[in-house]
Formats: sequence, C-alpha cells, structure tokens
Amino acid sequence: MRQVGRVGRVGSALAAVAALCSLATALVRAQADHGAQYSQSDIAAGYRVYSSQCVQCHGGLGDGISGVDLRRGVFRRAASDEDLGRVITNGVPGAGMPPFKLEAAELTGVIAFIRAGFDQTASVKVGDAARGRALFEGKGDCAACHRLRGRGALTAPDLSGIGLTRTVAALQRSLVDPATAMVPANRPLRIVTKSGETLDGRRLNEDTYTVQLLDVRGRLRSLPKSDIRMLTYASASPMPSYASRLTPDEIADLVGFLASLREP
Amino acid sequence: MMSRALARSLVALAVLGAAAPALAQVTADRLQRAADEPQNWLTYSGTYASQRHTLLRQIDPGNVRNLELKWVLPNQTFGAWQATPLVVDGVMFVTQRPNDVLAVDAKTGRVFWQYRYAGSPEARVCCGANNRGLAILGSTLFMGTLDGHLVAIDAAGGRPLWNVAIGDPKLGYSITMAPLAVKDKILVGVGGGEYGIRGFVAAFDPASGKELWRFYTVPGPGERGHETWSGEAWKTGGGSVWLTPSYDPALNLTYWGIGNPGPDWNADLRPGDNLYTDSVIALDADTGALKWHFQFTPNDTYDYDSVQVAVLADIQFRGTPTKAMMWANRNGFFYVLDRETGAFLSGAPFVKVNWASGLDAKGRPIATPQPPGQATWPGNQGGTNWYSPSFSPRTGLFYLSAWEGYASIFRKEPATYIPGRNFVGGGHTVLTPVPGAPGPRIGRYTPVNDWTDAVGHGSVIALDPQTLQRKWTFDQYDVTDSGILTTATDLLFTGGREGYFYALDARTGVVLWKASLGGQIVNGPIAYAIDGKQYVAVISGNSLYTFGLRD
Repeated sequence: MRQVGRVGRVGSALAAVAALCSLATALVRAQADHGAQYSQSDIAAGYRVYSSQCVQCHGGLGDGISGVDLRRGVFRRAASDEDLGRVITNGVPGAGMPPFKLEAAELTGVIAFIRAGFDQTASVKVGDAARGRALFEGKGDCAACHRLRGRGALTAPDLSGIGLTRTVAALQRSLVDPATAMVPANRPLRIVTKSGETLDGRRLNEDTYTVQLLDVRGRLRSLPKSDIRMLTYASASPMPSYASRLTPDEIADLVGFLASLREP
Repeated sequence: MMSRALARSLVALAVLGAAAPALAQVTADRLQRAADEPQNWLTYSGTYASQRHTLLRQIDPGNVRNLELKWVLPNQTFGAWQATPLVVDGVMFVTQRPNDVLAVDAKTGRVFWQYRYAGSPEARVCCGANNRGLAILGSTLFMGTLDGHLVAIDAAGGRPLWNVAIGDPKLGYSITMAPLAVKDKILVGVGGGEYGIRGFVAAFDPASGKELWRFYTVPGPGERGHETWSGEAWKTGGGSVWLTPSYDPALNLTYWGIGNPGPDWNADLRPGDNLYTDSVIALDADTGALKWHFQFTPNDTYDYDSVQVAVLADIQFRGTPTKAMMWANRNGFFYVLDRETGAFLSGAPFVKVNWASGLDAKGRPIATPQPPGQATWPGNQGGTNWYSPSFSPRTGLFYLSAWEGYASIFRKEPATYIPGRNFVGGGHTVLTPVPGAPGPRIGRYTPVNDWTDAVGHGSVIALDPQTLQRKWTFDQYDVTDSGILTTATDLLFTGGREGYFYALDARTGVVLWKASLGGQIVNGPIAYAIDGKQYVAVISGNSLYTFGLRD
C-alpha cells in the first residue's frame, strides 16, 4: 500500500504509467498473498483528507459524482488501489477532477478510507475473493444458514448483494463478533399466533399493523399484528463467531469474497 | 318572430350556460375570508391562519367508516409528491414533479388541462424535484419553479401569462414552496440552504411579475441583525425559505419560517447568532418591513430549519385573550408566541431533546452541545419538520407529526464556498444499535422497511398549548412526514410513510377508519365540497386519492 504514495511523485506521466504497471503486478501479487491491510489510523487520516479536499465534489456519502460511488467501490477509471492513487494524483482533466499532490501518508489514508467504505470503526483486511469463496463453500460452511444466488438455507440473510449494503469493516465484524454486528432487522423472529401456530423466520418488512416474514421453511408469510399473541426478536445472533474457527488471513479472504457479492 | 317568453328562456339558458364553465374570480377578499367558504381550499394551508381545520361537517365520527374511494389521479412522474392541491369552485389545481400543473374536475378526477413548465437543466436542489403547490388570485395561478422562476398561469386555459427569474439556479437558488397571494401581491421565498445562498422573500405584482419588495433573511452591512454575523459569512449564510407563510389581516403581518444557516453543520465558519436563520420573521404585507423576529436555534449546527408553517389562533392563553402563534419546531421544542409582538409566552420540548437543556425566560435555548461522536436528539430531520400541523379551535389542541426516539451523530467538516456547489460543512449519521445499520432517510425509496423502530418511529401528537403536555399520542411503526387535517366534527386525517390514510378521533387519538393506499404520504390532506357533498383528498405515493361518503 505505501508504495502507491511514492508513485504520485513521479514527474513524467509515462514514467508513472510504466512504474505503475510493474508496481501493480507486484501489488496484486502481494495482495493475493497477504491481503490488503487498511489500518484504522490510516482510515482516520484519510477521513481528514477526504473531508477537506474531496467532500466538496464527491459528497459526504461519496456519491456526489454521477457514475461514481466511492463507498461502494463503484469507480469510472479505477479498479485497484494503484488506479485510485493514480487518479487522485493525476486528476481527470476532462472530467473536471484536479490533480491532488498529497503526501504519501495522505494518499494511503484516502485510499484506505475509500476502501473501508468510509467506515472508521476498525482496521480492515481484505483478502482474496477466490480463496474466500472456497472458504464460504468449504471450511466456513456458510451456506448451512445463508443463501447465495438461490442456493443455501433460509435461516440467515441472503448474501447475494451483501457487498453493496455493508462495509468491509461491518463484514469483518459480523464474522468475528456477530452478536454486536447484526442489524436489528436481521434478528431472528419467532411469532406465536393467537391460534397457537409457532413461526420461526426472518423479518422482511413491518408496519404499524402487519409484519412480513420468510419462515425457515421458505414460505413468505404476512400476518396482522392483531392475530399475533407473541412476537419476539432474538436478543443475540445465532451465528457463531469465526474468530477461532478461521485464521485472520482466512477471515480476510472471506471478507474479500463477501465484499465482491454485488447482485443489485 | 320569437315570443317574449321564448326569448326570456333563451336568455336564461345562455346565462346558465355561461355561468357553469366560467371560473369565478378568487378575490383578495375571498382569500381573507376563506374560512367562510369551506367547500373550497384556496391557499396552501387552507386559510391565512394555517390551522388546516375544515368547517365541513358531513363526515363525522359516526359515518367515517362509510368513506369510499371516489376517484384516483395517477401522477405521471416518480418521486415524493409533496403538493397540497387547491380547490376552487369544483376545480382542483395541483402541481406534480418537477413543475407541472394539472386542472382537475374535483368531482370525477378528470383532467381539464395540463401545463408543463420546461425548467432549466441548471436547477439544483438538495432533496428532490419537489413542488408543494400553487397560489391563486383572480383567475391566475402562481407557481415557483426549481430553476428559481415565478410563473403566472391562466387558471381557465392553463397557458402561461408571464415568467420572471427570481434567483439564479446556477448558484443553487430554487423555489419549492407554494406562493401566497395577499391583497394585491404574490409572496414567495427561495430555497437553497445547502448551496450557500443568501435567502430572501419577495412580493410580486400579480399582473406583470414586477418585484415590489424584497427582504433578505440574512441581513447585509448596515441592516439590523447584521451584527449577528462575522466577516463575509453573511454572503453565504443560507436562510432558505421553502414553506408558505401565514398572514394576519388585522395586523397586516406575514409570518415566515426561515431555514438553516450555511454551511449547515459547521458553525465555526459563521460565529454569531446568524439572524434570521432558524427564526420566524413578521413582515409588513405591504412593504416587507420587519416588524419582529424570534429565533428558535441561534448559531445552528444541526440543520434545524425553522420553515414550519406558523399556526395562528386567537385563544384564551392561561386566562388571557391572546393573539397566539403556535409552532412545533424541527429543534424539538414547541412554542407559543404573541404574534403581535413576537414575545415568547411559553415553550417546552415535545420529544427527547439534548442539544439544549431548556429555554430561558425569553425563549432562547440553553445550549448543551454534545461531544464529537455522541448522539444528538432530535436527529437531523428533527422532532418534526415541514409537515403541516393542525389546530382545532374545538378541542383547543395542536396536532403534529413527530419523529420520536430518533437521534443523529453530527460531524463537522471544512467547507469552501464554490458557487453552485454543496456548502454544508459536515454531515450526520442516524444513531442505530449497530454501526451502519439502516435508519430512516429523507423519504421512503423502497416499499420494504429495512430498519426497525429501534432507531425511531413516527407519531401523531396532540399537544395542549396551555400546559405544553401531550393529550394523546398515536404511534406508527415507520416515521411520518404527513401533514394533518382536523374537522369541525373532531376528526383528524393524516398519513405516514407506510401509506395508511387515517381518520383518528381528534379528542382521543383512537383510529376510527383507515385505508391502505400503499405509497408514502408526504403532504397534507385537504377537505372540500361540491354540490353539498364533502370530499377528503390525499396524495399517497404517485397517486392522488379522493374519498367521500358512500352514496
């Protein structure tokens, strides 16, 4: 990661491109081996740069420019961290983005801030998505509870688009400490109706008078609250922590895979 | 040769034939006495006092369960439909996004004409291509546009009469509010509080569009109130105006709610109280001269626009006959003011508040800013917002839509003014039980509620202005941006983001009737009557629904 900042100081654009090509290859390999690490202090430093230099055009949510959604990793001209560094350093003259001559640590920080989905709550490590997929299907046995593209169990949320809705920090937290990471709407629901039926499932939608759920048998159910005797949300997540089941690198790989799940 | 009798009857027929289609003139006098013709809805808030209280009595608690759908008008565009229609002698006039006007038979929903204003692509607005409605004077309709123009339209034919530029859209000036016609003037203000505008309200000649007076909501050098700004901050000080004023004909005062200072969330860039942002100002209707002001949130860092509609009523306040103004503010406090002098009479929080510990004897908040990263109640969208409240002289209660249990974590950031760009100086996130969990946004964008009431919920609150206590609360699961209508039969009509349209008992808050219309209700219901039959109309999602009693 830190090499990216130095690239920004190369004067000649051609030299920069050449340097980038070799660096990019090296970095991609490095990332595949160890995962890209974004420290909380880099992310916080990046926030300070972003909020003074970038927010005016890209906005507080990173979606101020059409076709670009920084928080969600939607870029026009970048895929890798090196691409991001290049775009920030050189600007995009035709599109109105000026070049930013940032210090190496600043550039590292901004990239970390963007890659962390603007989430400053933790250091994050994003590993290899292909290895993460193997873990999802194998050692992690995630499909025992989660559904992905129409396959897998219905007990826990469908993950087909999870990379669009959760930051990498949140995904990492969900794997390591699911009890504190589960959003309220995903808490397992148990309903006992006045007629005595017990339903376990997940809440899909709710309003003042009704609740809609997907039960563990895959049935879409909608119930008037007036027919419900007891409606309880589990207070804790039934998902086990993977902190001791997977190594940190494996968790990083799984985070990389989950972040790549972007079915709209 | 025609007999005299035949000639007489032909004349009579001709008169009848001519009288039916001709649109009656909506004179200034009719507007002033709008309460006397409850079959019509002649201004954004129904009457100049803005009580949104209809005197029609046909629909009552005993028969409200017999309401049935009479007609539906589907919108041609998507997005939140925030307009309140006007109804004039059987014809409904309503705006739809971005700046279309429809003239509709209020009995059948059939459309007489549609006018489409072609706005500039330079228009920029913070929160959607909203338009909240029209003013009418004589037989002319008046609409403000997203690109900062005021347009006059012939109410009979739907053709534009004149069109004047009021604010530069390239600098972020826009108009989303319904103008107000007062005597011989059309009054309107400009939005753009997220773009570093310098807000103003102005009066225009209804015949020509000529500007007659202008009052800047951020005073310049030499003007009273300028001392509450430092350096050049006044030039980009905000003070947007995006809701219709109220008017007291006896005092000849117009009452305007003024929006947030710019930049929104970084007060370090604008030290001082920043008058007249987050204030109510009383302006002479003829001259625009400032009679008094009252500031709700000095040096705001929470985006607590005070654009709410001023509700005027002559009440016995704690034993004294009082020309009152009632105001439930976005900052979470409810206020009773003397609308003749602007004097603070009473005030208290109506939801949880922690940005201030209370109000002093003059109504100024005792500020208790929270440390960085800590939650502030109410959250950015406020304890309430622009949703029209209602006052019932019968119950003596003030009714509002509130967001409860809802907080934001505000953050302050640098801001540099670049013309036409966002100038906000920070941002905010909704306080949720888990970082990043979904919470309420500015409007509903999906039919699925992906958050729970753990981050807040909406309610209708009935407040007693004498005691500042709640008489009752009607809780909803999702938040609500709906306006409120009360009736002389003690019904209360309202909605919410879930798309339920409710009739509550205004005395108890009990649900007497509801219809599931499906789309978010982000406007105020209205009542009108044709041929002795009462109707209630409300917009839900992309359609306008009109209900009446079963025939």
